[in-house]
Amino acid sequence: MTFDAVTAVLLIPATAALLLAVLPSYRLTTYLNVAAALLTFVAALSLFFYGRPAPGPYILVDDLNNVFIVLTTFIGFTTSVFSANYLGHELETGRLTPALLRFYHAMYQLLMFAMNLALVSNNIGVMWVAIELATLTTVLMVGIYRTHEALEAAWKYFILGSVGIALALFGTILVYLAAEPVIGEGLNSMVWTTLVAHAAALEPALLNVAFVFLLLGYGTKVGLVPLHAWLPDAHAEGPTPISAVLSGLLLNVALYVLLRFKMLLAANPHALAPGPLMIGMGLVSLLFAAFMLYRRRDIKRLFAYSSIEHMGIVAFAFGMGGPLANFAGLLHMTMHSLTKSAIFFAVGDIAQVKGTQKIADMGGLTETNPVLGWGLVLGVVAIAGLPPLGLFMSEFLVVSSTFAREPLLAVPLVLGLLIGVGALFLRLNSIAFGEPRGATAPAKGSYVPMFAHLALVLTAGVYLPGPLVAWFQNVAKLLG
Amino acid sequence: MHSLTFDIAHLLAGSLVLVSFMLLYQDRLYALLNVYALHAFVLALSVAWQAFAQDAPHLYVTAAIALVFKAIVIPVVLHRMIVQLGIHRQIETVVGIGPTMLLGIGLVALSMVVMLRVTAEADPLAREDLAFALSVVLLGLLMMVTRRNAVSQVVGFMSLENGLVLAATGAKGMPLVVEISVAFSILIAFIVIGIFLFRIRERFDTVDLHALDRFRGEG
Repeated sequence: MTFDAVTAVLLIPATAALLLAVLPSYRLTTYLNVAAALLTFVAALSLFFYGRPAPGPYILVDDLNNVFIVLTTFIGFTTSVFSANYLGHELETGRLTPALLRFYHAMYQLLMFAMNLALVSNNIGVMWVAIELATLTTVLMVGIYRTHEALEAAWKYFILGSVGIALALFGTILVYLAAEPVIGEGLNSMVWTTLVAHAAALEPALLNVAFVFLLLGYGTKVGLVPLHAWLPDAHAEGPTPISAVLSGLLLNVALYVLLRFKMLLAANPHALAPGPLMIGMGLVSLLFAAFMLYRRRDIKRLFAYSSIEHMGIVAFAFGMGGPLANFAGLLHMTMHSLTKSAIFFAVGDIAQVKGTQKIADMGGLTETNPVLGWGLVLGVVAIAGLPPLGLFMSEFLVVSSTFAREPLLAVPLVLGLLIGVGALFLRLNSIAFGEPRGATAPAKGSYVPMFAHLALVLTAGVYLPGPLVAWFQNVAKLLG
Repeated sequence: MHSLTFDIAHLLAGSLVLVSFMLLYQDRLYALLNVYALHAFVLALSVAWQAFAQDAPHLYVTAAIALVFKAIVIPVVLHRMIVQLGIHRQIETVVGIGPTMLLGIGLVALSMVVMLRVTAEADPLAREDLAFALSVVLLGLLMMVTRRNAVSQVVGFMSLENGLVLAATGAKGMPLVVEISVAFSILIAFIVIGIFLFRIRERFDTVDLHALDRFRGEG
């Protein structure tokens, strides 16, 4: 094959990161950042059409991660467009300096590289290294404002994230130890495809312990309760484009890695069933986050807790397993990524207009900034799971598949969803409607990324194209 | 019967757990750093022994990293930083030393019970190593939660990481061990020392994390 899309998906961000780190001009680097993200997205898309490389010891592209790669690179691209505008404003108000911006752009591309590497990797060791790299780059970006709060958030994220990845490494070592007697020493015992092929012969007790460590380790990165403490702070104190990328992408990537190990355990008949663990953590996350939503006074924290809630739903759906629940989980994850990043695009512009993130200091947004205000309303309606938007369909599928199989589990699930909806609308009401409060300067943001995402979510809610449904069904079967 | 190779590996890994316990009750930063240097030194010996026992020359690289970077460079740098910051005073521990040690013993017992049971059929060398490694990891976690000072939390994290390196070298023929230990060293060196402590100091005149806990963005 003359054109290798996987290499492109990895090489473009890596090269761009190097270039952006050395190029001085702010305007040029902003355009370069967008161009690199666009090229990566095009390369990822071509994976759909031009076939994919055969799985090797390091690289694997199958139906499952193809979806993730395309989603990641797409949101990476739209966020780079949004951040070009956003950062221009931050530069004007003096919150960031040109040197910090250069650093930001280089880190952004490095993060894209790390996430893509984690997604295409067939080697559980490389996967771990990639997640570590992604954690490091986001820690640096969360602390970029260097205010008291930003540093606290970054430190907390760094400590919890490091402990998480340390536990994940221990789990990875245990998987290797389980594989070594069967597959033999060396590289092959860390290759995921080989592991799955021999899964039935691996020592089940070791796999069980390994999965507990992996669940705790990567679960920290997914933001599952009780390992979520870093997430609201990191979302609230970092630059908003990073909040969008964290919620929309990094949580997904960590969940994807967890899913790979779940598939490994599911292939061993004597190992413990990973489903109930994920169902439990998912439900706890959902309920906890739904109640916490009521107490939020900071707009970015509000939506950070909403991300915990939705990752809980996704983990729950994948924990249930089976074709329908897996399909619903995949769809929900995709829709949540698109919607939540659109909301953060709106929130970023709102915070810049109002000069604050306090909900108490915003109000009547639909009057003062109609486009922005109604964009936020649409986003919240979508994230709350109301018809006809995409999240309604996925939540409906999750709930109905739960009713069909475990009716008792559906009670806390529906309860959590309803409590969350109530909190979101309570807050939305005070932000978007009523007396205008706070500054009312016109927003300078670009609305294209936000409405592009929302349009996709709306389209998916009304009509899912046949090939996409077939693709997702195929992946759902793969997940078992 | 156990061979001499096994006994020495056992001895070194056991010593690492012992030094982890010593870390738990140090209440002065200087002493803490010295004990950490000892921790890294024991790790270097243990890894070097594994390299010899498994006939895996690449592990000598990991041992060298442990020796030069963790046992010498990091403690010296941190030592200097403590002097510059003027924080060579006592560490307050959240839980007292007695309960901490008891908790530590409980964690070691837990890791023995878990690891020895699930690895019943594995190679005895790897098996014991893994049980000790998990103990070191858990003791490092314990240290991180019982300390408030940023420097001692970092030392806790580094001792935890030493436990991971022990586990990785104990797993026979595991690839990427050297790469992983390099990645960890970069993580520690780059972030912790270079950026965070420096800026925490710059902004708040303290590295006591309690001072960082003041504001959480909502009243």
